[in-house]
Amino acid sequence: MALKVLQSDGLVTVQDLGRQGWLAFGVPRSGPMDGFAFRAANALVGNPAGAAGLEIGLGDVTLQATQDCLIAVTGAGFQLSVYIWDFPLWGSILVRRGSAIRLTRSGTGTWTYLAVRGGIQTRAALGSRATYLRAGLGGLEGRRLQAGDLLPVPTDSGLEELAGRILLPRARPAYAESPTVEVIPGPQRDAFTPDSLETFLSSAYDISLESDRMGYRLEGPQLVHRGSPDLLSEGMAAGAVQVPAGGRPIVMMADSPTTGGYPKIASVASADLSLVAQCTPGRGQLRFRETTVELAQRRYRELMESLKNGIVEAEQSGPWG
Amino acid sequence: MPVFGPLGDSALLIKFGDEIELALNRSIHDLAARLAATPIAGLTGLVPAYASLLVHYDPLQQTYAAVADWARAALDQLQPSAARKPRRIEVPVRYGGETGPDLEAVAAAHGLSAAEVIRLHSARDYTVYMMGFTPGFPYMGRLDDALVTPRLESPRTHVSAGTVAIAGAQTGIYPIDSPGGWRLIGWTPLKLFDPGRESPFLFAPGDAVHFVPLPEGRNGA
Repeated sequence: MALKVLQSDGLVTVQDLGRQGWLAFGVPRSGPMDGFAFRAANALVGNPAGAAGLEIGLGDVTLQATQDCLIAVTGAGFQLSVYIWDFPLWGSILVRRGSAIRLTRSGTGTWTYLAVRGGIQTRAALGSRATYLRAGLGGLEGRRLQAGDLLPVPTDSGLEELAGRILLPRARPAYAESPTVEVIPGPQRDAFTPDSLETFLSSAYDISLESDRMGYRLEGPQLVHRGSPDLLSEGMAAGAVQVPAGGRPIVMMADSPTTGGYPKIASVASADLSLVAQCTPGRGQLRFRETTVELAQRRYRELMESLKNGIVEAEQSGPWG
Repeated sequence: MPVFGPLGDSALLIKFGDEIELALNRSIHDLAARLAATPIAGLTGLVPAYASLLVHYDPLQQTYAAVADWARAALDQLQPSAARKPRRIEVPVRYGGETGPDLEAVAAAHGLSAAEVIRLHSARDYTVYMMGFTPGFPYMGRLDDALVTPRLESPRTHVSAGTVAIAGAQTGIYPIDSPGGWRLIGWTPLKLFDPGRESPFLFAPGDAVHFVPLPEGRNGA
């Protein structure tokens, strides 16, 4: 069966958990900006974690399924309606064929994720269905989706049993318009003046409208390098906070290049990367607080445990189909 | 002695030095090969660079300490590999003109003619030290001292795929359209990255690359 795009004003791409195995050749991982929300959507429809789904940002989208299907929508910044009814996010919903699935911008947040049972079956490129826009790789023809696009999805039965599940609110990330996120300092904290580290950990940063899937550019107090801002190129990871000449930090995100030549003052803890992702460019501010690798890893494990344990049947059934 | 440190909670950075140096770089690729051949659970990527190796891992399967111990043990047992004869790749280049807009400026900066820059750039084989920045971008070195030129102050927002460039003591080729801060001196018709091809990447670290100037007026195949 197919998921049809009726209308898209947003940045909509097919994503899975990301492209591994080619980092050493310069191919970024790509994948979802908010990894937790993406995983939660798949879990709610009983998909494997790596099944491909849609990432939706920046604008409204309308989809339609050619057969009955089970979907889940997670994340923030959007409102969901199916046919004539509004639905909250973070639940699995049986959608009858032909019903319009509408996602409209609403409230705080930036990215929303739509998983469909069985996963989107576009052809993989270099082992992944994740879209890397800069190289036109993966997804559907390596580009953002537009009206008329058809996304292949396997037909499935027994969907009713899986409908009506939700992820409990206490298991979801503590999204906020202006979150404080934890960072692990380094590896080049010594490339900055001691004042700069202090400044970085005590200032509120705006997120520039020039931000994109590659990185969130921060505006705020400048950081000062000790010596040259140019390093020998070395490996990079999503969450790393690079600071080029000019002193304005960039938080590297899903389409981060695999290497970089600017000093990294710190790296956002994996448990908090979702909070950064959902911080909207032009709105809200980011603040940083120091943590250790050990504590960051523990928090991440706890977050993933709560995802596993937090999916339950909804107390009341809603209008289905 | 290499320095170990976390890059966030999902990567380990092993820093070997601060120089672009062939033997050092080779030992990094040797370590990466060894780690890839005997992986731990949760290993998700290895990114060798000039003088460092980044080890990506899944923090749900390994702690930072466990990954560091595993990498340190592999490093301690590492035998230097016999220097293999590198694969040699010839790259036809149309130097200068519209697709090599910085050639004249580079020449002038060093008191050379454009023809001398072309001669110097194409005289030696370069080693691919690492790949990164965009899919298939090769970081190659070292340039002749007479050609060493800093990056642009402000990067261009658009550099075409196939453009041959230099920065510092490095030379490289842009495999896809992208922004770029290097000095653009020519263009090659070779397709460095083609996901549809059986071998998507033309280059790999360790390759020896030789630039061959195309006669002026020919497009090359």
